[in-house]
Parts: sequence; C-alpha cells; structure tokens
Amino acid sequence: MVDTPVLKMTAIRKSFGDVPALTDAALTIRPGEVHALIGQNGAGKSTMIKILNGAYRKDAGEIELDGQPVRFSSPHEAQLGGISTIFQEVNLVHYRSVTENIVLGQEPKKFGMIDWPKAHRRAEEVLQRFGLNLDVRQPLHHCNIAVQQLIAIARAVSFDARLVIMDEPTSSLDSQEKQVLFRVIRDLSAQGVAVMYVSHHLEELFEVCDRVTVMRNGGMIATHEMSDVTKLGLVSEMIGRDANQIAESGATGFGKTHAGSKTVVLELQNLSNGTNVKDASLIVHQGEVVGLAGLLGAGRTETVAMIFGADHPAGGNMAFKEHRSFFREPAEAINAGIGYCTEDRKAEGIIPGLSIRENLTLAMNPRLAKRGVIPRMAEREMVADFIDKLSVKCAGMDQPIRELSGGNQQKVLLARWMATQPDLLILDEPTRGIDVGAKREIQTLIEGLSAAGLSVLMISSEFEELVEGANRVVVLQEGKTIATLTGGDLNEDSLLAAVAGEAEGAAL
Amino acid sequence: MTMTKATDMTGSSASGKMNFGQLARDNGTFLALIALILINMIITPNFLQVQTLYVNLTQVATIAIVAIGMTLVIASAGIDLSVGAVMALSGALAPFVFLSEFGMASPGLALVLSIAVALLAGLLCGMFNGWLINQFAIQPIVATLVLFIAARGLAQVLTNGNLQVFDNPAFEFIGSGRVLGIPFQALMAVAFALILSWVVRRTAYGRYLLAVGGNAKAARLSGISVNRVRLATYAICGVLAGFAGMVVSAINSASDANQTGQLMELDAIAAAVVGGSNLMGGKAPIIGALIGAAIIQLVKYTLLANGVHDAVALIAKAVIIILAVYFQFNRSE
Amino acid sequence: MFGMFNRSRDLRTEGVWIAVVLVVIFATLRYDNFMGLYNVQTFFGYNSMFILIALGMALVIMTGGIDLSVGSVVALSSVVAAYASPYGIEVALPAALLTGIAAGAINAFLITKMRIVPFIATLAMMLGARGMALVLADNKSVSVDWTSNFTKFGLTRAFGLIPWAVILAAVVFLALWIMLERTTLGRRILTIGGNPEAAKLMGVPVNQTLAITYIISGACAGLAGVILASGFGAGQPLEGLGWELSAIASVVVGGTLLTGGVGSIPATLAGAVLLGLIFNILNFENGLGVISLSAYWQSVIRGGFLLIVVILQSRSGGGLARRRGTT
Repeated sequence: MVDTPVLKMTAIRKSFGDVPALTDAALTIRPGEVHALIGQNGAGKSTMIKILNGAYRKDAGEIELDGQPVRFSSPHEAQLGGISTIFQEVNLVHYRSVTENIVLGQEPKKFGMIDWPKAHRRAEEVLQRFGLNLDVRQPLHHCNIAVQQLIAIARAVSFDARLVIMDEPTSSLDSQEKQVLFRVIRDLSAQGVAVMYVSHHLEELFEVCDRVTVMRNGGMIATHEMSDVTKLGLVSEMIGRDANQIAESGATGFGKTHAGSKTVVLELQNLSNGTNVKDASLIVHQGEVVGLAGLLGAGRTETVAMIFGADHPAGGNMAFKEHRSFFREPAEAINAGIGYCTEDRKAEGIIPGLSIRENLTLAMNPRLAKRGVIPRMAEREMVADFIDKLSVKCAGMDQPIRELSGGNQQKVLLARWMATQPDLLILDEPTRGIDVGAKREIQTLIEGLSAAGLSVLMISSEFEELVEGANRVVVLQEGKTIATLTGGDLNEDSLLAAVAGEAEGAAL
Repeated sequence: MTMTKATDMTGSSASGKMNFGQLARDNGTFLALIALILINMIITPNFLQVQTLYVNLTQVATIAIVAIGMTLVIASAGIDLSVGAVMALSGALAPFVFLSEFGMASPGLALVLSIAVALLAGLLCGMFNGWLINQFAIQPIVATLVLFIAARGLAQVLTNGNLQVFDNPAFEFIGSGRVLGIPFQALMAVAFALILSWVVRRTAYGRYLLAVGGNAKAARLSGISVNRVRLATYAICGVLAGFAGMVVSAINSASDANQTGQLMELDAIAAAVVGGSNLMGGKAPIIGALIGAAIIQLVKYTLLANGVHDAVALIAKAVIIILAVYFQFNRSE
Repeated sequence: MFGMFNRSRDLRTEGVWIAVVLVVIFATLRYDNFMGLYNVQTFFGYNSMFILIALGMALVIMTGGIDLSVGSVVALSSVVAAYASPYGIEVALPAALLTGIAAGAINAFLITKMRIVPFIATLAMMLGARGMALVLADNKSVSVDWTSNFTKFGLTRAFGLIPWAVILAAVVFLALWIMLERTTLGRRILTIGGNPEAAKLMGVPVNQTLAITYIISGACAGLAGVILASGFGAGQPLEGLGWELSAIASVVVGGTLLTGGVGSIPATLAGAVLLGLIFNILNFENGLGVISLSAYWQSVIRGGFLLIVVILQSRSGGGLARRRGTT
C-alpha cells in the first residue's frame, strides 16, 4: 500500500550569510509514523524544524503536506496548517490558567465575549484524551514540567495537527513521566498523527520511534527502520566515523588512569532541603572523580548547590577539609576551595557581554586584585595561558564570550574555576549540549585535573561518562542516596539498575 | 555587520583601552557632539566666545555628574528615579548647616561639616535604595520611587518650602568658582568621570558591577556578593546626586527644595542612554554619559541661542533620545 | 458572578480591597463628614483623572511595558481641550481623546516599529508631549470658554448627583474590565506579558496588541486631560508632573506585577482609590487640627506609605519570583 506521505521535504537549502546550514536536505514522514531526527549540534536539525514551522524561510526546495505544496511564514500559520511544534523549553504562559494556554487563539465565544465555562470544558476534554484530570482553572506554573509538556501537546492536538514536531521533549522528564509521554505519542500515532521526534537520547528512539533519519553537516546521511539499526551504528553515522573505531577508543575522553587517595575532602551526611532532597550522603576523596547519578528530579543539582552554599539546607552535616559546616554563600565555598561549574551555561555561567578574559578571571578576582585593582599584565598572561592550555578557539581574549560556541564557552568556564586552584571541583553536566569533539577534550581535561590531585564531583546523565570517567558513582533517587557503585560493580547495567531503583549496589 | 563588531567591542566597555578612535566608533555619539559643535560655530552667534563655553560648562556639569552615577546604576541593570529629589535634599541640607547658629559661630568647620552632611545624606539615600532592592527584591523603578516622592518632601519640610538664601563665598565656590578659568564643577564632573571610568575598567568592583548587570545569577555563583555591589552602586549614585545638589545651591546662592533637581532623573537617564548605556545592564560607558550630557546641553543651548521657543528644546531632547537609542541598539541586531 | 471570570483567588489583588475597606471604616468613624455627599463627590471627581491614567497604565504594565508619558499627555490634551472648548464638550472631548490616541500611537510606533524599549520610548514621549503642550499654550495656562457647555462637564453633576468625570471614568473602567477578562484582546495582553516568545508562537499578533495597549493608555490620558481642563477651567501645560509615577504606584499597589502577565483592573481601581484616600485622610487630619501637617509632610507620608505597600507586596508576591530564581 502506498500512502501519500504526511510530509515530504525535498532539496531544502538554507544559508545564513555565507554559512550554509542545510545543503540538499530531504525528509519523508508517513501518516501516523513516529520519525526520529538525529544529528550532532550544528547538523541542521533545528534549522529543519524552523523551516518546517515557518520560523525561517528556505532558500530553495519543496515542502509538501499531505501531497499539497505548502509555505508557512510563521509558526502560528504552520499550526493552523497542521504542523505543531513542541519546543524544548515549554513555550506556554506560566501565570495564565491551563485553559487559557490550551484555547488561546481559538477561544469559544458567545456574543463576541469569551465563554469561559465552555472554554474550561473544552480544555478538560482535550486533557482527558491524554488521561489527565486536573483543575484547568489553576495557573500553569502550579503544574509540574511534565504536565506542562502534556498541556503543550494537548494544545497542539486541539489544533487538529497532522504532524507534531517534538524538540528534545524528554529533556526535563523523569522516567515515569517519559512513559506517559511515550504513551501519548503512541496514542497520537494510532490516531494517524505523525510525530517528528528530535532527541539526543538514543535509547528513547528504540522505545518509541518507527524510523530514524540521521543528519550531518546540513545534509541527510541515511534513513533507517529502527529495527534495522544499533545505537553504535547511529552514533557512527552521526559522527561520521567507523563503528569499530569508536568501540576501540571508547566513546568518551576518559581513561580512568588513576585512583584517588584515602584523604577525605568532602563528607556530606543526611542532607535535606525540606523539599526534594531528603537524605543525601556522599564522600569525596582527594584526587578522585565521584559521579553523581540519578534521574532528573532526583535532587542532584539541588544537592551540589547546597554543598556550594548557593542554596540553604534544612538538615544534615557537611565537612569540607577543616571546614565543619555548610557554607552560607558561594563566596565562602570558593574561598574554602570549591569550584562549581553549573549545568545551564547561559543562565548561570557566562556573563554574555563581558570578554573571555573578564569571564575567565571572574571567580579569582579577589586573589588577583591588589587592593581592589586588577593588575593588567598579570591578568592577560594568566588568561593567555589558559586559552593556550585548553585550546579555546577564539579571535582573542577580548572577544565577548557570547560569540563563542558552547564547547569553547564551557572551556572558559572550566578555566574560571581552575584559576581559583580549588581542591574540589563540582561539575554539573559538564558536556551537555557540546559537540562531540569538544566533549572529548573536556573529558580528557577533567581526567588530567584529577590525576594532578584535584577532587571532582561530577553530575552526569550520560552513563558512558559516569562509567568511564568516575572512580565511584553515588546514585540519588528521589533525594536519597541509595547506592554507591565502585570498581567491578560500576558498569552500565548496574548503574541503570541503581538509577532505575532496583539497586543491588553496596549501600553507603 | 561590521557595525555589529564595533558596538560589541564597546559593549564590554571595560575591555581594551580607551582612545579617541574607539570613542568615534562608539556609536557615533562622539561624532554627533563634534558635528553639533561645528554646526554651532557656523550658525550660533558668539558661539566660540569664552563666555559661551563658560555658560555651557556650568550648566552641563550637574547633569553630567548625576548621569555618571546613573550610568553605574543602569550598568547594574537598575534605575534610580530618586536622584533629583536627593539633589533637593542635599542642596537644602548644606546651607542648613552653615546657616545654623553653630555654623555662624565657626564658619570654617561649618563649611566642611555642611559639605560632609550633604554628601552623607546622598550616601544614605543611595544606600536606602540599594537596601530596599536587595532586601525585598523590589524592582528598582518602584524602590527608588519611594525616595523620589519622600526625599523632596523631606527637603521641603526642612526648609518649610522656602528659599534659603545665603552669602557664603567659600561654599559658592563649588558652583561659581574657577580653576585656571574653568568652572570648578565642570572640572569635578570630568574628575568624577575619569576616576569612575578607571574604577570600572581596572578594579574588581568595576568587573563585579558589569557582571552583576550582565548576569546576576552567574555573578553570585562566581562568588560575587550581588547585594554589596548593588548597595555600593546606588550609594555612589546617591553621593554624586548629593554633590550635584550642592552645586545647584552654590550657583544660585540659595537652596530651593521645590525646584532643585526637578526632572533631573530624566536628564540623567537621557544622557546615560545617549551615551550608550543599555537599560538591560552590563555596560558602563561613563565617558559616553559625559558626551551624552554635553549633547543634550548643546542642543538646548543651540535652540535657545537661535531664538527657538524654550519648549521646543524638550521636543528636540525627545528626538535625540529616540535617534540615539535607535541607532545604537537596532544596528547591532 | 465570579465563576464567569477566569481568575484564581489572589491575596495580592484582594489585599488592596481589604486595605481600602479598613481605611474607609477608620475614616468614617473618625471624621464626621468623611462619608458626606460633598466629600465623596469631590473625592471621586478629582481622583477620576488618576483612576483613568492608572487603568491605562495597568494594561501597559500587564504587557511587561511602561508608559512614562501619561502625565505630559494629560497636560497636552488639556491644552487641546481648552482650545476646542468654544465648540462645546462634544468637540473638545473627542479632540482631546484624539490627542491622547495620537500620543499613544507614536509610543506604539516607537516601540513596535523602531524597537525602542518602552521605558525610553515613553520617556521621550513624556518630554515631547510636554514640549508640545508648552508650545501650543505658549508657556501659560489656556483659559477655557466659560460660555460653552465645556465647563459644565467638569463642574456639574449627572442627575445632580454624580460628577460627569466620575461617569466617564466608570464607563472606561467597565469597558476595560470586560475587555481584559472576556475578550481575546485582553487575553493577548496578559499572554504577551507572561511570555512574549510563547505569545508569538501561539499566534498572538504581538505588535498589534502592544500598539492597541499603548493607544488605550494614551486615550485614557486624553480623557483625563478633558477632566483637568473642564474641572479647573484651563488647559494646563505644566500640570501632570509626576502623575505617571503615581499611576505606576496605583498599579503596583493594585498587585499588578511590573514584569507583566498578571494583573487586575478592579484591583488597579482599588490601588488608585487607596492612594487617593491617603491624601483625603491627611486633609481631614489637618482639618481636625489635631496635627498640623504642612503639604510637604504629605509627600513624605505618601512615600512612606508606598514603601510599606511594596514591602508587604514583596513578601506575599515574591513567591514565584523566588521559586523561579532557585531552579
């Protein structure tokens, strides 16, 4: 049987200035199909999405929806035409009610006035299709992220979407919420709505997708049935390297060449914050890389934020070297010898308008400055040294940091903390959103630092990174330390079991 | 596209050295000032006379001094609506001290004390603003609205709403004295600008200020006490406003709580913005604020000297603000 | 009745009503004439101007913007109204209204077309409108034509009871309330303030909505200008200084977040009334002779009052901001 594809994109080209983003891209999606689109950062996925939903205008090529050529000039137009996009950061209005977020743009009216009772009923109906029963009058921000995401999908479906584009939909969901989302996706597909699924998490694709298209350098590499491919095969196509080569060298830049000493640097006992961190305990030895694993919402970021003094604990004990209490402010923690590289570089890391130089020396200014004045030559020498050592690609140290790529920004932020010469470096998802090359460089760098005696506490959601990079992995589940994996017990299978809550690893 | 680069370079005004070339590239503000001067040389009678220069410098100094403080506050992603009211308060306080019985008894000490009291009042007002913003997480525009209303009221209460006329040559020097033929307050404005632009570029405080304005969350996580930086910034702004208030009183040989500093917050914001400040914070073009103040003053003078209606100057000011902002921020997108 | 509206209960917007009630009870018990017809009429007659500009300001602030020009626009339109007064209120009112709309439209153009931030755009308009008012009026008050029906609008009362200015403000209040709660435009205003990116993606015509909002604010200021000119018998180019700031204060006291996305028209009314009541009470206190406050103390007390309100608000309303701050 030959169905007309829901979506057919052919020979799509798009350049930004002289830089080509898409060169002859093509994509076909069948009705009711869940189609994965994968590729490294910069492969052209988001440009594809934006051309499809009308946010960008294509330079050349054809887009057909249900066999009809279409041309949308805004995401809203695309939505009315049957293509809805669910963005990575849920794009809804927090202060407004659930109902408003669903019906906005097509409010039911009576005598020209919005008919609220009817609007609420309609919102309830739409949500019930996804098994959601909630008070639609409450402001959206009272719902958790997963529910918000489902509301966004409900909104899309209420517009009679033919194709729903999901951009990293699981990035903020825990495993249960993921399952709800997958169920919704299967429902959609059963109703004949096609889904374009864009994700970095390859395991998910095997769970929910029918086919996968791999992109690289603005073009299509291949399209497969999911049943025909392996994870390794997909990775090799994304990176453009041979599968065997990857298997040999390992997927990360870690080599685990050394073990930590017996000296305890950080000891954390029964930490709680009154909300999602309930009983977190961990120990970090000198020169050791300790991984902190757990699902999203397990309280990992909250835990390290309290160690660093950025948040205040409700209970528990902490000892860092001679310091026997919690820090009240990040400044105290930095003075005592801790560095903290946050997960969200843009919101919590870089100062966008300042230069690489100014960003790099920000945390160590108190040490650099002499009676409040920053010595110019000393600063420039130090920064040049770091740029060289970490091979930061930039036009010069006075270039604004916002102009750098994610990987290079991350290097500068790492250097910001290295410059303070800490005893403990806390890294929250140090390689998230960074292209594969820079990722390996950063991993190698972390390895080198710990070999030189620095203790590292590393949050990561990538099992490879934890298994290959950490000497020990502490697993948090719902705010509690439930396992510590080390030595032979530390492998992807045991980690998966522990994170998923079927821990057999040694209790702390 | 090349314009983008130029704006970006000055965007991190702390980076790199300052020179005329860069100032010229600095969004054309400097060129606009030159052009304005050239136009005046042609059309305005007697423009190049010392007296004209003197009048302009005298008038521009107060705006410039307040605009420098405002630039710092804007760099922290804040705003200070209270500067005009603080000027009124400080301007009234200084004569209050040296006109008191004690002041009459020991004039030398009283002069020092009166200046100290006026500056201290500015400092306290600024610290109060900073404290409100820090302690209660109130938006700066609302927090400084409190003193905008109350500080002038205090000044009026203090003086019962009357003019305080005085004859104190030593104090009047602040507003009408000359050093090497240049008005004292103009020299002070330049001195403040040079010192503070050095502070922004070279000290840890300056770096912290730009970091707090650029990304407060990241700044805190880098060990910066955001609250202390804000407190200091509003305090500096308050002190400068206090100084400007004394200048106005000294020029007039009288303090006028009703009029001193009226609408000064607008002139200062305008000068800062024309000088290249971005209300989102993270930029502190202090020399730019000086130039911005000069442009606003010169336009006003040009219109007056050429017999244009006083009120038209207001409209001209509006147009300048719009043009300056339009060309600075829209070209860089 | 409340089921008709799509709102969740909110301490910030209800607190201001409680405060108004408490202040009214206090004043009624303390001053003999407080609830007297004369005081109530004068109170609302005078404050209708502030209520009008506060309502317009509230809409602007709900979009996450600000309109600093309203005080000057009041002055400008009062001058226009005064010049048009010989033709009667039926000409003068539309003329002033159009003046306000024109000012609002210029703000809208600067903000949506030239992409200048609202603070700066309306700051410029504030100077520009003031300049226009002074130029038109030649630096002095413009007396109105007392022979036409223009001053009747400001000085007489509908049915001998309600000042016309109050009726005008009430009509605007009801229209804006319904608009905000029951029409697409109202929802769009709140959506833009809540999340501009999302609004765009949801198909909200952001620029058009913003433009309408600033035009409404200008229109409100224009109407306030009519009240000013007809109530005081002159177009006053120097009046309205700092009014934008008391309008902002009313909006803030009414619980509208300056960051946009949340707000209420009735609570804004309450905010404006509450600020007006403070003045009114100070006048009564002076009248009682218990304390003798100079007019200057009133500014100090007003500032202190604003301080208390914003501090209380930051305590009850800072929750979301704080929660967001830590995630």
